[in-house]
Amino acid sequence: MAQDDKQLIQEVTQSEYKYGFITNIETETAIKGLTEDTIRFISLKKTEPEWLLEYRLKAFAKWKEMKQPNWAQLKIPEIDFQEIIYYAAPKRKKELESLDQVDPELLDTFNKLGISLDEQKRLSGVAVDAVIDSVSVKTTFTETLSKHGILFCSFSEAVKNHPDLVKKYLGMAVPPSDNFFAALNTAVFSDGSFCFIPKGVRSPMELSTYFRINAANTGQFERTLIIADEGSYVSYMEGCTAPQRDENQLHAAVVEIIAMKDAEVKYSTVQNWYPGDKNGRGGIFNFVTKRGICKGDHSKISWTQVETGSAITWKYPSCILSGDNSIGEFYSVAVTNNHQQADTGSKMIHLGKNTKSTIISKGISAGQSQNSYRGLVKMTKRATNSRNFSQCDSLLLGDKCGAHTFPYIEGANKSSIIEHEATTSKISEDQLFYCQQRGINQESAVGLIVNGYAKEVLNKLPMEFAVEAQKLLSISLEGSVG
Amino acid sequence: MLLQVKNLHVSINGKEILKGVNLEVNKGEVHAIMGPNGTGKSTLAAVIAGKNGYEITQGEILYNGKNLLDMPPEVRAQEGIFLGFQYPVEIPGVSMTNFMRTALNEIRKYHGQEPMSAKDFLARMTEKKDLVELTSKLTNRSVNEGFSGGEKKKNEIFQMAMLDPQLSILDETDSGLDIDALRIVAHGVNKLKTKENATVVITHYQRLLDYIVPDFVHVLFEGKVVLSGGKELALELEEKGYDWIKKETENHSK
Ligand SMILES: Nc1ncnc2c1ncn2[C@@H]1O[C@H](COP(=O)(O)OP(=O)(O)O)[C@@H](O)[C@H]1O
Ligand SMILES: [Mg+2]
Repeated sequence: MAQDDKQLIQEVTQSEYKYGFITNIETETAIKGLTEDTIRFISLKKTEPEWLLEYRLKAFAKWKEMKQPNWAQLKIPEIDFQEIIYYAAPKRKKELESLDQVDPELLDTFNKLGISLDEQKRLSGVAVDAVIDSVSVKTTFTETLSKHGILFCSFSEAVKNHPDLVKKYLGMAVPPSDNFFAALNTAVFSDGSFCFIPKGVRSPMELSTYFRINAANTGQFERTLIIADEGSYVSYMEGCTAPQRDENQLHAAVVEIIAMKDAEVKYSTVQNWYPGDKNGRGGIFNFVTKRGICKGDHSKISWTQVETGSAITWKYPSCILSGDNSIGEFYSVAVTNNHQQADTGSKMIHLGKNTKSTIISKGISAGQSQNSYRGLVKMTKRATNSRNFSQCDSLLLGDKCGAHTFPYIEGANKSSIIEHEATTSKISEDQLFYCQQRGINQESAVGLIVNGYAKEVLNKLPMEFAVEAQKLLSISLEGSVG
Repeated sequence: MLLQVKNLHVSINGKEILKGVNLEVNKGEVHAIMGPNGTGKSTLAAVIAGKNGYEITQGEILYNGKNLLDMPPEVRAQEGIFLGFQYPVEIPGVSMTNFMRTALNEIRKYHGQEPMSAKDFLARMTEKKDLVELTSKLTNRSVNEGFSGGEKKKNEIFQMAMLDPQLSILDETDSGLDIDALRIVAHGVNKLKTKENATVVITHYQRLLDYIVPDFVHVLFEGKVVLSGGKELALELEEKGYDWIKKETENHSK
């Protein structure tokens, strides 16, 4: 590679995080450290029912016996779980009825992010449940949704108002002892979103939540539960940007989706947590468990993710294809730059007959980053005539980064077909020069080429997200060249 | 004067490829650069366009009186220089439409103009692709992906038409074309000719010059322009072959 290109790659890959700012909202924090008392404190603060406290405590007991997983292609600094604050909520003086009552500084933060609730409300027709520091500040559009019988609220509200539904479905896709981080989340989860689509209802709008980490040293443990009853449909979007911080922040969310017979759930994410500075200082540790169960026949769950942020990403949105003829999909673009590390992919567990799954993964690595795809496709004996297609592509920008692919396949029946394709490519100097010769500078050229490379996945995003995601890809990689 | 190449010496990895090239191109002119393979024609084109990896050890290039060698490649393009590539690359996933729209708007931005409206842009696409008989099937594809050799060359001329450059350098646009495609490409180039722009066609066959009639013909041999003349020089070259040039230059150096 020519010297100029190297320099350019460095410049591009070293652009500072564009959403780095911190709001000064008064925060009421729990004591540091994790004991049964911490859990009782959280549960008490949230005036939870006894069964939920018990559920948390059981998970905590399990967690204490578990070890942090170390099988991923990640170098994870030791996390001192006793140094983390497990609960933070913006101080609320009274119940909020309108946006006017929201902390102006908070609104300002949304404005900086370009996601002001006001604007969202008027322009986009998107219901927004904004989570800042663990407590929902304001839920909008609930009225329209409730007309259709759709429940969309914060997890805490769901516990208060729909305890039976929560009790019935919580842990169905991700049991408390599923893995180290899921157990931790179950023990200490703060808040998140709850969504229930009743029988035969198609949600009239995209549902979305914006998550943000704000209070220093505060681990975030969101919990999301989405239930699509028979024959229903919902498209759910989740996205986030986080303020710039020096300390590493732990984020261990759990998302569960349950799709009943003939139901379809589309879950889209744009993840842009603070990735750390260009020397690898700071940044979010993102250990996420996302899983959906296609419980009923002919149900469908589709995950689409654009991952550009976090210092460490550990995330495998998965589908358990339990119903016959059910469908699981995973579309992913994961960008790593500077010292970021990502180990992400999907698991497709085929249990039902004639089940189908698709995995399309596009990894993009720049700087000194490491980007791994890890996936499991499993066909059980009962899953006859099932199919999987996996396509895992890696794009390298520069020569100091790494891309890895770990596809695992377990096939236990003869009538099923598993196909796996993988490619690794670089942006060539000739491609860049071709663009430049047409008047396009190198940064824009990289953006153009990368977006072209990721198009198959970006096309799966809802319109509102696709444009944002395209910008984000270009911003995250400005100037990286292969 | 549009382009002035003065005593240009260029090396690749320490090996001298161009050994003192002089070339002057005025608005409204068509120049042909001929010469056997490996003689430095593509190198000259690449250096004018600003490709990396060449050491310019001596000489200068002026474009509209400005020092071209100081400009990054995209600025040269924005200033009106277009290179029709000998081997156009494929850019998977990037549609021709998106590519051209980005390029055109970057060039407009450089000249302080607003981006072209989608409506005007699409109208321009339709007009220009008809010029070189490219189908929508092709322009809807990714840049050069799945294009045949001939289609790639037509696509270069299509892009030239879209971007309306002041100086076009067409590097072996004729190679690999059958006679029909050659006619179409030549027709496109002739159509785009105005008093304000200039074209430099690089070729080692005289065949193309039956369709694109040059005002000047230069013979590049072993890194130097050894002969310049009118269009009849191409015919003479065709008749006597490149060996004739070889002998001529040997005689000169004796
Ligand atoms: N990237 C390169 N590295 C090394 N040598 C090169 C490179 N590009 C061209 N050359 C050499 O430079 C000379 C001129 O090449 P080129 O300009 O492509 O000639 P032409 O276009 O006239 O056929 C040839 O000897 C070729 O081998
Ligand atoms: Mg050549």
